[in-house]
Amino acid sequence: MYIQQIVTSFVASAAFGMIFNAPRKALLQCGFAGMVGWILYIWLQEMQVVRITATVVAAFIVTMVSHIFAKKYRTPIIVFSVSGIIPLVPGGLAYDAMRKAVQNQYDQAVQLGAEAFMISGAIALGLLLAEVTNQITRKIARPRKPEKEQ
Amino acid sequence: MENLLQREHEIIKVCLLAGQIMLQSGAETYRVEDTMVRIAASFGALHTHSYMTPTGIIFSMEDPQPITRLIRISDRTTNLYKIEQVNMVSRSISTGKLSIAEAKAALEEIEKHDTIYPLWLKVMMAAIASGCFLIMFKGIWADFIPAMIAGGVGFYSSVFLHRVVPVKFFSEFTGALMIGLCSILMVIYGFGGNLDIIIISSVMPLVPGLLITNAIRDLMAGHLVSGLSKGAEAFITSFAIGAGIAFMLSFY
Repeated sequence: MYIQQIVTSFVASAAFGMIFNAPRKALLQCGFAGMVGWILYIWLQEMQVVRITATVVAAFIVTMVSHIFAKKYRTPIIVFSVSGIIPLVPGGLAYDAMRKAVQNQYDQAVQLGAEAFMISGAIALGLLLAEVTNQITRKIARPRKPEKEQ
Repeated sequence: MENLLQREHEIIKVCLLAGQIMLQSGAETYRVEDTMVRIAASFGALHTHSYMTPTGIIFSMEDPQPITRLIRISDRTTNLYKIEQVNMVSRSISTGKLSIAEAKAALEEIEKHDTIYPLWLKVMMAAIASGCFLIMFKGIWADFIPAMIAGGVGFYSSVFLHRVVPVKFFSEFTGALMIGLCSILMVIYGFGGNLDIIIISSVMPLVPGLLITNAIRDLMAGHLVSGLSKGAEAFITSFAIGAGIAFMLSFY
């Protein structure tokens, strides 16, 4: 069960790297970032953690991993984080909402749409938390000379 | 004085070119502004201002004479390779390895260089990603091939239509339409099993993931105009995809 999730999430994230024209040498790292985020996400869900919390944590970890790669390979962080975030995007919920709307069940459509919106917000929160953490650690590590933006 | 002015013009050209490439490739606004100001500073121009929205850049330099220039951005795609390359050029400029003329030549080279992967490979990758998403969304392996077909066809038709009709909304709408059509046909003829999961996973390559991420990062960095307009773009894209799928589903 976990093995097929690990393999597919790795391949999917690396494939997304290629769709977005990521440099060849960054593809493996793209896949890795996406895999870590996704495995954490499904593991948290199995632990009965609420979906929104799981998304926040996964997005946070994806950004942290991307940040480490960005520092190590001296590449913009966006190269790694974009393909890692994609699996967390609530495509399924948005689809369900659309489907209910087509079937004239507007009450359920609004409910599902609101949930999809909240999960997008959760991704944003995860990203933001990771960014703030990075800035704090950078300031603590070098209080005088602020380091160059990676 | 003539020489200084000439130099100022050249610096502005290099900065604008770097900014234009990055913005067209989908970099975050704060990173583009940062890069432009940094390049100018490495060439000795310290008093510069840059303002940008997703559709244009205004860049102004105060010394030795105030000059302001504007550049219009009409087409935006996602090209992480170009962002990385410009970043590398900017790095070598700030360490003093490149002169103004060399930097300009390097940036022009990057601008010409379009994509590192051929289209067929990207379509194949979109197909494989769709198949993998199917497994990630708890689908069964029997639906792997149908999701691949639907995802590949959808991605290709959206790319193809974008070349013919340069209206983003329309190409994404058609891509989603094709995905819906393929999936429904395959399910009707018994080739695919679970319609919902096949559609969700094959739509993923069209999802505006980069836009959503960038919109939020821009908003948080204080670039309110860029953040909101990128958010609007993401919303329109999602709406196009949703409308395409919904249109097909209403026939099913």
